[in-house]
Amino acid sequence: MDTIYCVPEIGIMLEVDSMEYESVIGLEIHSELSTKTKIFCGCTTEFGGDVNTHCCPICSGMPGTLPVMNEKVVEYAVKAGLAMNCEISLFSKQDRKNYFYPDLPKAYQISQYDLPICKNGYLDITVNNEVKRIGITRIHVEEDAGKLLHNAWGNGTLVDMNRCGVPLIEIVTEPDMRSAEEAKALLEKIRTILRYIDVSDCKMQEGSLRCDVNVSVMPKGSTEFGTRTEMKNISSFSATERAINTEIARQINVVSEGGTISQETRRWDDEKGESFVMRTKEDAQDYRYFPEPDLAPIVLTEEYVENIRKNLPELPDKKHARYLSEYGLSEYDTTLLVQTKELAKFFEEAVSYGALPKAASNWILGDISKVLNERGITIEEIEITPKQLAELIGEISNGKISNTAGKTVFEEMLLNTGKSVAEIIEEKGLAQVSDEGAILEMVKKVLSENAESIEAYKKGKTNVVGFLVGKVMKESQGKANPKIINQLIVEELNK
Amino acid sequence: MEWCEYTAHELAEMYRSKKVTVREVVESVYRKIEEREGVVKAYISLQKEEALKQADEIQKAFDNGEELPLLAGIPVAVKDNICTKGVATTCASKMLENFVPPFDATVMDKLHENRCIVIGKTNLDEFAMGGSTENSAFCKTTNPHNAECVPGGSSGGSAAAVSADEAIFSLGSDTGGSIRQPSSFCGVVGLKPTYGTVSRYGLIAFASSLDQIGPITKDVTDAALVMNVISGRDEKDSTSVELEKKDYTKALVKDVKGLKIGLPKEFFGEGIHEEVKSVVMAAVKELEAKGAIVEEFSMPVIEHALPIYYILSSAEASSNLSRFDGIKYGYRSPNAKNLNEIYEMSRSEGFGPEVKRRIMLGTYVLSSGYYDAYYHKALKARTLVRDEFNKAFEKYDVIIGPTAPMTAFKIGEKSGNPVEMYLADICTVPVNIAGVPAISVPVGFDKNKMPVGMQIIGNIFEEEKILRVAYNTEK
Repeated sequence: MDTIYCVPEIGIMLEVDSMEYESVIGLEIHSELSTKTKIFCGCTTEFGGDVNTHCCPICSGMPGTLPVMNEKVVEYAVKAGLAMNCEISLFSKQDRKNYFYPDLPKAYQISQYDLPICKNGYLDITVNNEVKRIGITRIHVEEDAGKLLHNAWGNGTLVDMNRCGVPLIEIVTEPDMRSAEEAKALLEKIRTILRYIDVSDCKMQEGSLRCDVNVSVMPKGSTEFGTRTEMKNISSFSATERAINTEIARQINVVSEGGTISQETRRWDDEKGESFVMRTKEDAQDYRYFPEPDLAPIVLTEEYVENIRKNLPELPDKKHARYLSEYGLSEYDTTLLVQTKELAKFFEEAVSYGALPKAASNWILGDISKVLNERGITIEEIEITPKQLAELIGEISNGKISNTAGKTVFEEMLLNTGKSVAEIIEEKGLAQVSDEGAILEMVKKVLSENAESIEAYKKGKTNVVGFLVGKVMKESQGKANPKIINQLIVEELNK
Repeated sequence: MEWCEYTAHELAEMYRSKKVTVREVVESVYRKIEEREGVVKAYISLQKEEALKQADEIQKAFDNGEELPLLAGIPVAVKDNICTKGVATTCASKMLENFVPPFDATVMDKLHENRCIVIGKTNLDEFAMGGSTENSAFCKTTNPHNAECVPGGSSGGSAAAVSADEAIFSLGSDTGGSIRQPSSFCGVVGLKPTYGTVSRYGLIAFASSLDQIGPITKDVTDAALVMNVISGRDEKDSTSVELEKKDYTKALVKDVKGLKIGLPKEFFGEGIHEEVKSVVMAAVKELEAKGAIVEEFSMPVIEHALPIYYILSSAEASSNLSRFDGIKYGYRSPNAKNLNEIYEMSRSEGFGPEVKRRIMLGTYVLSSGYYDAYYHKALKARTLVRDEFNKAFEKYDVIIGPTAPMTAFKIGEKSGNPVEMYLADICTVPVNIAGVPAISVPVGFDKNKMPVGMQIIGNIFEEEKILRVAYNTEK
């Protein structure tokens, strides 16, 4: 199949047989940890804040100051490592990565070089119903840099050091992905997991989750990877996919034209939908890593690691399998439910209050999700509690109210009046009529007014029953129990 | 005898017996400064007004019968690479000429808690790199024993101030001998504690894995008293060590019977001046006469100490000094027009030649392609040095040798030849590499009446032993 790729660098459209090539993708993901304080000092990690108000002599790199490791950072990194099936290093150390840039006040970043805290893990992703295992090479801890403000007050660039020293983990994957779709799936998986274990809020737009992608292409079936490029400055999930696809296309174009890919770092411009060379291999920086002499190595015990492992919450993969087997939910619904810990928690709580799992899932993924999307809120912010949802589902399933009436109760609950489900049903007169005598009278009345329908039924047109049920429902102003209506009509017609 | 000539423990006693007031002592110190500073040039800055104010406050407390810390009211000089809140801390560099730290070093907190009175900040080789205090961007300190000679370095100002009675005691920092060597040259006592004993928080780093703050004093008793004040685990310094609270003065007993002293022949070999050797040997003989057991032995790895030291210390320095980039504080070249120029010009103009030499050396040994051959190898060799000290301390209580191969040399004599200058560190750098404590005590003079220092080295956290031996060399 021929595909048309836009090749921005030369600005023309070329036709390339992409089927001849296979892409190889690896990710480097930076995630800011949601510890209360920074990695090496007591400053808050809170996002925002006035310029240079969340910093101190230590994180602003004053001479004479020294870093002290925040133990929470170690704990969070170990949590992340365990959740990604990594080996936890009982001995790891920190190193200095030296480079000059105004957002890095010490002119070195304290990171981990040859002995990261976690290594050799993996995550499973599902793309096109196929499960694929992606290797996690390593996870290490490091500090974030500050932010440059260009021309904030007239000419010139100023430095905001609020982010300096915010703890990060860098997750490096194996080059195991073969498409942008897989890369996006992995990124989403990592975000889900980091949120499940409460170590990062993973907001790409606030920079608390950042992703660099390494891309290369090779002839299909080849075992030798092509030269890779690294793409930086990707700030959303969809941009990740766009950046990768554009880079794959660019590389295939170059290679199929007989050119060679040069090892370089490129900067993605999402607005323009293209990337630009930031630096080539020749001007790659020599970071002169060496062990950080101001910090002792990070030494952990088996007990420490086991204790964290024991206290990990149920992770999405396990939850997914359990929902399928325990609740009999569909693959599709399950995937959506476990996507965030909050949704899953809401669901599980509703079920624990007696809601039918299938009904709870339908409500959460249907009406509730619709409200969340419309109002841009999270499930924790919605006015309905899992307990109320369970009550609502109970009243529908026991026949006290109809599905339609259920929606009315739902709408009413969103107004946050503090009324119980029962009160709303009572107040709005939504209770279903299940009194057979009353319904039978209405059935008889409707039948007497629709003699032709009876004729039709007798001739074998059984679908008139639905029509008649509707008529009776209307007669009851929507309150009659449709099951009973149906049963009585059939009985009457068969008399 | 002027008040400023007394030791801290003598003054502490006299404050309490009402023989002298704190103001009288502080004024005596400043009078001495006025008298000698024109030649000695030990200080970069003075805090007379604040010092006198504090003197009166402390005197009032004494008069009210308050129980004050032992060193209360004792005038102290502080090396100008130790951060002092609200007071310029320059590292004797143009780079930090106008740098005023917004915080105090932990040792400053401790001096303040003990109500010591800071007289001023003392001169040093720029960023503590050097052995003569000639590398200061501001002035050359001279040796109080002979103004034509250097005071040693890098804590030359701190040693000269104590030697010239311009302070009762002082704080220095020692990365490769910067407390001990100037103490030796100036005829005072200088102690480099075990790495991790004194907090480095607020000490502007030269080489983080080697730097230690320590006292420079007029006698061994004062060294023990200052150690009581400045030592201890600090949660702001991850490399500081939790130790039981010690009273170092308990070690000061006049008894060395049965104490085993090792004399490494490398400390008495080629390159060590004969006069220094004989003065030190005479002091060793005295210890032997008092009952110590003296034995010669060999520590061959010491021969490699200098290259190990210059590789490791320069590597760390190249990284530690990167923060002086003209962006946040310190010197920024007025000629810089863009970011690269801010870096290049500020650092070229702000640093002196010795500092630049070390930054370049350090950058080189950490560069990819050279890391294994230099930095990594030096790290491995460092372990060998430690092992050799460990082995020695299985046999000996202390190791003794000269503090420096020579007495104070003439100003300008070695400044043109960095390697010869580096050789002056040969006896002191192995101590920093191993992280062990050592003290330099004055044990005599050469024929030019320049002081000779003897270095007593102990095993880690055995400051008491070296203090005890040092105490026994005092008359």
